[in-house]
Amino acid sequence: MTLTTSSEDGTRITEDPALTSEGAQELASRDIVSAVERMRETGAVLRMAESDAAAIAVDDRAAVDFSEDETMIINMGPQHPSTHGVLRIMMELQGETVLRAKPIIGYLHTGMEWTGEELSYLQGCTNVTRMDYASPLFSELAFSLTVEKLLDIEVPERATWIRMLMTELNRISSHLLFMASNGMDLGAVSMMLYGWREREETLRFLEKVTGLRMNHNYIRPGGVAADLPDGWRDDLLRLLEMIPPRLDEYDALLTGQPIWRERLQGVGSIDTETCIALGTTGPILRSTGYAWDLRRDMPYLNYDQVDFDVVVGTYGDCFDRYAIRLNEIRESIRIVHQVIDKLPKGDYRVQDKKVTPPPRARIDESMEALIHHFKIFTEGFKVPEGEAYCAVESPRGELGCYIVSDGSANPYRMHIRSPSFVNLQTLPHLMHGGLIADAVAVISSVDPILGEVDR
Amino acid sequence: MTDTDVSATEPVAPAVAPPESMHGVPVSWSHGQQVLHPTADQLSPLVKTLHNDGYHMCLDVTAADYLTHPGRTLPDGIVPERFEVIVTLMSHRERNRLRLRVQVSAEEPSVVSLFELHPGTEAMEREVFDLFGISFIGHPDLTRILMPEDWVGHPLRKDYDSGRIPVQFKGAPANR
Amino acid sequence: MAEAGGFLDKGLEGLNHNFLTGNLEELVKWARSRSVMPATFGLACCAIEMMAAGGPHYDLARYGMEVFRASPRQADLMIVAGRVSQKMAPVLRQIYDQMMEPKWVISMGVCASSGGMFNNYAIVQGVDQVVPVDVYAPGCPPGPQTLLHAILTLHGQIRDGQLTRRSGEGAGLVIEQRDGQPDSGVRVGLSATRGLYGAVDQA
Repeated sequence: MTLTTSSEDGTRITEDPALTSEGAQELASRDIVSAVERMRETGAVLRMAESDAAAIAVDDRAAVDFSEDETMIINMGPQHPSTHGVLRIMMELQGETVLRAKPIIGYLHTGMEWTGEELSYLQGCTNVTRMDYASPLFSELAFSLTVEKLLDIEVPERATWIRMLMTELNRISSHLLFMASNGMDLGAVSMMLYGWREREETLRFLEKVTGLRMNHNYIRPGGVAADLPDGWRDDLLRLLEMIPPRLDEYDALLTGQPIWRERLQGVGSIDTETCIALGTTGPILRSTGYAWDLRRDMPYLNYDQVDFDVVVGTYGDCFDRYAIRLNEIRESIRIVHQVIDKLPKGDYRVQDKKVTPPPRARIDESMEALIHHFKIFTEGFKVPEGEAYCAVESPRGELGCYIVSDGSANPYRMHIRSPSFVNLQTLPHLMHGGLIADAVAVISSVDPILGEVDR
Repeated sequence: MTDTDVSATEPVAPAVAPPESMHGVPVSWSHGQQVLHPTADQLSPLVKTLHNDGYHMCLDVTAADYLTHPGRTLPDGIVPERFEVIVTLMSHRERNRLRLRVQVSAEEPSVVSLFELHPGTEAMEREVFDLFGISFIGHPDLTRILMPEDWVGHPLRKDYDSGRIPVQFKGAPANR
Repeated sequence: MAEAGGFLDKGLEGLNHNFLTGNLEELVKWARSRSVMPATFGLACCAIEMMAAGGPHYDLARYGMEVFRASPRQADLMIVAGRVSQKMAPVLRQIYDQMMEPKWVISMGVCASSGGMFNNYAIVQGVDQVVPVDVYAPGCPPGPQTLLHAILTLHGQIRDGQLTRRSGEGAGLVIEQRDGQPDSGVRVGLSATRGLYGAVDQA
């Protein structure tokens, strides 16, 4: 069946598969690729020059030297039910064994760093929040912390504690999303429904506080957008009572189950040295046994005043990452309980008139308030010239925001150091030597969010 | 006036500290963060030295295009160029981050790649190449990563056309 | 074209209806509207809300749509959920071309409908530049209630026979957002199904 191609109305209508190829970005066959690149695609973490790499035989996890006929390069994605968004992976297979893998990204590139330069600092959170759409409050938090550093302002205590509360809840909802999608990717489809059941309850609370289920734009430079509504404490306590028994249900359904263990234990293992060389952070790094968590080691907000454990794994495999995230939900619940007890009264936003818009009621009374409101929302508040970097521990790793300001109301350069972008570099290493069926388990355990990978 | 009069009456000048430097590279402080300013030649040896000091993790490699920036503060002796490559390193032992800002000229936008020491910079350097056009010498696979392979231009440069389309208002006749 | 093969081009409209085929056509439209199989085309944040619509609270399964077919050959509805970048546009078109007739497209979210808040070099300003769209669901992201409203609008159109014939142009219906409003048209619960079929509100 042939389809006519036409482009008179400007649409790129084509059925030619070659036009979806990305040329040099793809996995090339063995004889074309340089030795260094070939070893990198097998997941070896190199510290050697091209000549040395060429001199060394391919590592022992795969057999030596193939001809073109024995291996097959296949393409997975970008449209695929299990790639957690538009991630494309090209793999070289020998039979069912993955020899080399190369992730190709950019299918969700939105020019958000460019957009960040067009929007003002107050609007910036609407932009960064859509990067990591499973845990949007973390991106907002990193952005807000950086802007506050540039402004040299101090956020009130209540706002800081509210931020901790909301971000920990967001961590819970992001990890529940992980549990749901991880389960579904591995075939436990009912896990998808269970995970969404809990996540909906969490999102209900987030909607009550922020007004939106996702992409909240709640944490803004200067504090948070609005105070917690009446009755939040009861709702939250009800939520926090509901989740732990359900987590035990997940344990019963998954953790002890032989099929789950067979599919995840020993699959996609990585060691600490490789992780650090690749710049990996978050549950992947912790699964190797290395206890690095920014909340404890470089505390931001008030994490030094709450008590929680950093969950680490032992073998660096997919099962450890699953177990770490499950237990991080429990740790987050613990943190939220402490935050509820310690939450002080006070302002939810810094009272600096140049930064914070006035309350709506005051606009009717005071001309100055009206002018400030107008200036802040149309032009935006100006940030002194400088540059700053702030990082938070998102559910995926270290999420940092680097802003260069030029004294105007828009960032001059805004860059988000996204954990998923860096963590995706572990994929060749994790997949090498495994079966193609494990590729899905591996991607799922890395838990990338393509919005922040591609930005 | 004689010299002795001047020295007796003028107030004692505050002691001027020598400009701070680390491993021979000027240091500045930016909101509590130590920032090093190596030249392009100093970058690779500096990163190696810092690696030995415990800065094992390279968190981020990014760039900025200062074409339309009114003026930035740099320590003395650093010649500002159009591009800056910003490398963030982390030492877990000291729980400290270091930022390195390298000036890269527009005529010859290239820097030595950090891939050999920090393989995790592979994707980050490709992104900088894709969006800014800065080449990394020694990078194993310097191709575009975010834009399609046949894209022309480097989108995050300040002189790149934004690609914004004019927005129609409600009620205006559609042109499709 | 009324010659042999004509009715294959125009769906069932080309047939002359008698009492047998008339009822058959109604049956076919009824069946089609109740067994729409969506293709997985979740791209960004809207994909999460699409998954939420399939979750237990909002339950697409009661409309026969919980099975998202990964293979475009087996799907007839493409819900473009998320922003379409320049690199993704040819992939989108290829998937759309691989789907079998009859096929429909729901453009979910403002990024898919018009480029959304990202009016720049990287995003295709509206997925209708690439594929014909039948229903536009606004929102950033549209909650599951809005998505369900879009889906039910589409079902209604299929049921009424207005969308059987595929002329290459989408129906282009724009629905209104239904999230978080006290009197949403779609209620969570069984009563919703009875009220909505046959009485689709036009936005």
